[in-house]
Amino acid sequence: MKAPSRSIAASPTARFALIASALTFIGIFLLLPLVTVFVEALSGGVSKYMAAIVEPDALAALRLTLLIAVISVPLNMVFGVTASWAISKFDFWGKSLLITMIDLPFSVSPVISGLIYVLLFGAQGLLGPYLAEHDIQIVFAVPGIVLATIFVTFPFVARELIPLMQEQGTESEEAARSLGASGWQMFTRVTLPNIKWGLLYGVLLCNARAMGEFGAVSVVSGHIRGLTTTMPLHVEILYNEYNFVAAFAVASLLAFLALITLLLQSVLEWRDAAMTTAAGASL
Amino acid sequence: MTIELRNVAKRFGSFAAVNGVSLHVERGELVALLGPSGSGKTTLLRIIAGLEYADAGEVLFDGEDAGDRDVARRRVGFVFQHYALFRHMTVFENVAFGLRVMGRAKRPADDVIREKVTALLRLVQLEPMAGRYPSQLSGGQRQRIALARALAIEPRMLLLDEPFGALDAKVRKELRRWLRGLHDEMGFTSLFVTHDQEEALELADRVVVMNQGRIEQVGTPQEVYDRPATPFVYEFLGNVNRIACTIIDGQVDLWGHQFSVETAERGRREGYAYLRPHDIEILTTSGASSRAHVKHISATGPVARVELAIEGVATPIEAELSRQQLDALGLRLGQPVLVQPRNVRIFPVDAAA
Repeated sequence: MKAPSRSIAASPTARFALIASALTFIGIFLLLPLVTVFVEALSGGVSKYMAAIVEPDALAALRLTLLIAVISVPLNMVFGVTASWAISKFDFWGKSLLITMIDLPFSVSPVISGLIYVLLFGAQGLLGPYLAEHDIQIVFAVPGIVLATIFVTFPFVARELIPLMQEQGTESEEAARSLGASGWQMFTRVTLPNIKWGLLYGVLLCNARAMGEFGAVSVVSGHIRGLTTTMPLHVEILYNEYNFVAAFAVASLLAFLALITLLLQSVLEWRDAAMTTAAGASL
Repeated sequence: MTIELRNVAKRFGSFAAVNGVSLHVERGELVALLGPSGSGKTTLLRIIAGLEYADAGEVLFDGEDAGDRDVARRRVGFVFQHYALFRHMTVFENVAFGLRVMGRAKRPADDVIREKVTALLRLVQLEPMAGRYPSQLSGGQRQRIALARALAIEPRMLLLDEPFGALDAKVRKELRRWLRGLHDEMGFTSLFVTHDQEEALELADRVVVMNQGRIEQVGTPQEVYDRPATPFVYEFLGNVNRIACTIIDGQVDLWGHQFSVETAERGRREGYAYLRPHDIEILTTSGASSRAHVKHISATGPVARVELAIEGVATPIEAELSRQQLDALGLRLGQPVLVQPRNVRIFPVDAAA
């Protein structure tokens, strides 16, 4: 243990340079823009800031964004757990294909993800005539935005859980079954507690992306103000109208939601670490 | 309860893990499944438990077909190689698990569960650990908790997968003795899987030696050690000298000593003679009749090992004798000696593959 740590820590200069460059990088590329968002948002004073936020279109965008997250995150949680379970606990034909498919939303540009739905459900799309006949509106409406968001955020939960569940193996589950537990009892009493931290982490990431997604949503939304604009789209509209204070005010709200997510994540990680060390301390 | 296997087979892809195994285990017996890794012993144990389904053959408990009963309904106590304790539960909750998941009609009341779990923890001598988590226990303690957890559902049999594999030598010996005592006390049928011949021979009433998905031999520890049925069992159990020889009309000449092979076959055939180190007698001699000389002596511990180089035999053979015998013989390095095999088994070459 000693030798490698000494060789890495050998030069205080190198250590200082590494830390300093990392901090500088974070400062310039992450912290500065974040601060700018809040500074710009408040540049017209608190009253202007509040006015921009309580403006009906902004509130509608906030409501829509939260609605999208409330629908797509639980769905992806269920999909993610199911897919990870299938992949890590069973061997079946097409398993590697499924793993590749789960990664697809990450490797495809979000704009293309949005376009897929337009091509599928749009007026000129594959299912367009059928949908028109039955008076079902998907593209340029809330269902389209939900679908695009689900597609884009699909990998987060599964990506987090697959390695975790693979590492844990099936022995605990088999033990539960051999002790007489039903499938459901095994899942709720053994599997779920074992993956809960990974699942929460994945859900938080999924949620952050669901609220912040721009590209895919932009293609399917149709940008109808007060109806199909989510917060990121609303920010863009305001910015293009040279309404900078309002744009930054809504952006700050979005940033605030992201910061809460990050904070939650850190608290969870910290609790997890505290629990593991407490358990490992008396080994 | 009795366990009966009839022609059980299981394949994983093109690999035949278990290849037509039949076995009968009596009530109250402690049986070891012994074999090298990949011999199918763990798969066989998992098939009995219901964690794996056989492709062919039957599994009967007390003469009743158990094939369509899943693991949750077989009431087998299964102890996993790495214990598989529930890491997010305390020791107490781990042991109580099997009772808590019972159907409402059968589930005991909370205070009954408490009493029962406490009794089990006392049985495995870990009562003070009830509030700890598995990660706070040593390997031997985890093993005993896994056992207590399996016993909580009052299993009809106990199945253990490499129960001592992950423990250090001292703990292993202690736990082995303790498990034997527990088995005798509780009186259930137990099967355990091991690759450690010493463990199997010391602990089990009967040993099932497995190789490549098949049973090579079933017998008491004495039987399989003293009268191995196949070359594989000879080589797998204990030390043995394997000497190439020629069988002529059912007769073998081993350094001037004649042995007969149980075969009706006439003519000449290559074979191997199997000879345990302690079945070799060394005689000091003077003169030209000696065909061997002492190559190496290792005399640490109660048993002395003597390596003998024999004329016309490429690899030296090993003999074991007591320190007293060694002292009485007064062997020196390079000394010419006479070698007398006491007990030899000869297998024709194709069987010795």
